Amino acid sequence: MSTSTANPQRKHLPKKIALYSLLAVGVIISIFPFYWMIIGATNPSGEIFSIPPSLIPGTYLIENFINLNESIGILRVVFNSLFIALSFTVLSLLICSAAGYAFAKFTFKGRDAIFFILLLSMMIPYHVTLIPLFRIFVELNWLNTYQAVILPQLAYPFAIFLMRQNMQAIPSTLLEAARVDGAGEFRIFFKIVLPTMRPALAAVAIFLFMFQWNNFIWPLVVLNSGEMYTLPVALSSLIGLSDIDYGQITLGAAISVVPIMVFFLILQKQFIAGILGGSVKG
Amino acid sequence: MSNMENVNSEHAEEKTKTKKKWITPKTFPYILVFPAVFLFAVFTVYPVISSFILSFQASEGGEMSFIGFQNYIRLFNDGLFYQSLINTFTLLIIQVPVMITLAILLAVTLNSALVRFNGFFRIAFFLPSVTALVTASIIFIILLDSNYGIVNYVLSSIGLEKVSWLNDPFWAKVSIMLVVTWRWTGYNMVILLAGLQNVSQELYESASIDGAGKLRQFFHITLPQLKPVILFTVVLSTIGTLQLFDEPYILTNGGPNNSTLTVIMYLYDQGFRYFDFGYASAIAYVLVIIIAVLSWIQLRLGSDRD
Repeated sequence: MSTSTANPQRKHLPKKIALYSLLAVGVIISIFPFYWMIIGATNPSGEIFSIPPSLIPGTYLIENFINLNESIGILRVVFNSLFIALSFTVLSLLICSAAGYAFAKFTFKGRDAIFFILLLSMMIPYHVTLIPLFRIFVELNWLNTYQAVILPQLAYPFAIFLMRQNMQAIPSTLLEAARVDGAGEFRIFFKIVLPTMRPALAAVAIFLFMFQWNNFIWPLVVLNSGEMYTLPVALSSLIGLSDIDYGQITLGAAISVVPIMVFFLILQKQFIAGILGGSVKG
Repeated sequence: MSNMENVNSEHAEEKTKTKKKWITPKTFPYILVFPAVFLFAVFTVYPVISSFILSFQASEGGEMSFIGFQNYIRLFNDGLFYQSLINTFTLLIIQVPVMITLAILLAVTLNSALVRFNGFFRIAFFLPSVTALVTASIIFIILLDSNYGIVNYVLSSIGLEKVSWLNDPFWAKVSIMLVVTWRWTGYNMVILLAGLQNVSQELYESASIDGAGKLRQFFHITLPQLKPVILFTVVLSTIGTLQLFDEPYILTNGGPNNSTLTVIMYLYDQGFRYFDFGYASAIAYVLVIIIAVLSWIQLRLGSDRD
């Protein structure tokens, strides 16, 4: 970047102050809700609404946790969310990278047609499928099960698309050389292709995990008992109550976001690439 | 395999031979795509088609039967459906331009040579994008509480009227827009920032030599160069807003007086509260058409002016 004129320090000072104040306001707006969540989670229900509001974290965290566990079984709910999101991520990653590899590195009958249909489906809102999906799972007698939440989006077109784009960079000569050396196709896929795709796999895995961790409308439709609820569904069930305990709810909200935030701060680049789905490289 | 009969060698060798016959570079791609294609066919292609058929059906004693266009006719005479469309479009027309403008301003500011620590700012602005929509909505319920929320506390302490955020038809819409803007501005900003970094510095340098000021440079270089990326964020945000569900469901449950009822909320109510599958499917297909038309218009507008 080129710095322009002679005495930039002085000349730009008022501009700089204006820019930084604008940015500071932005940062406060971005971050304050998180801070407020921590205040809420560590205080009794009424406290967060006291006037003037207290701006320091309280000591009621454990009580809120116990109450939250009593009302929605937070430990079980966190387990449900983690189990669903993790198994979805692993399975979907495998299925989508296998398909992406086929689209990128092989020619086979129907390849272009299938790929075109996958791309086309990205334009159709997911909600169109809700009612027939619900009927399928009623038919299978799988309402209120983990597989009902995990299965429908496993073949995630966008993830397949991303894996294909990334896998096109693998030199075909490398694969041919492995074949000449007598490596089987499965071996080539697991030992050569997937390991070279690690950065792309990480980004797609984060994308898939976040999708499922935050997924709301489908689990809301298909899960109907408290012990199967995922975090967003369990939290939404607390909102409907006439006497809302804000200490519990904000703690629940914090539980759904703080671990993700910690991971985000550690793996910023992969996270940004993952959440933006590869439209931007971290 | 037919030639297997001719093989009279050891069992183990036969096994490896048949394995090699089966998995070849010719057959392997089918094995690779099979799981994805199967799942996609069952859980996406079939539902998309089935939903279309359902939109011409109604439930009679548990069985679906054809009723022609009646669901669509009913839809075009349904005041609540129009209300949900108007609400959704109001949110779209106001929120998306405001958010994208904000995102462009932030991106340009962070890209400016005057600002340091842009890594920190980028992370701070992106942070809301890692929250679940449900979580973001819950935080805003607390921030925006009419009597005791901190936002009203701040407003009243600087001498302004308290706002009845979630209980007034007008302000409830504003509240939804606030959550969505908070959640997505940083996301769009990061996309735009990446776009800005691809704009050639030489353009700015030659413009400076020609004596063009910063503002001129912004309108004559930055915006035109960034247009494809802006278009991308606008199309994404439009599609997202048309499918708004989590935020109004949590924040206002569509109220007060259906003022924040969105199309997808109405679909959810018809489908899973009243179990009127045919009618809900018709709503879904009207939305498909609206999204297709809008995306097409936006992409056309985007490419025509080049």
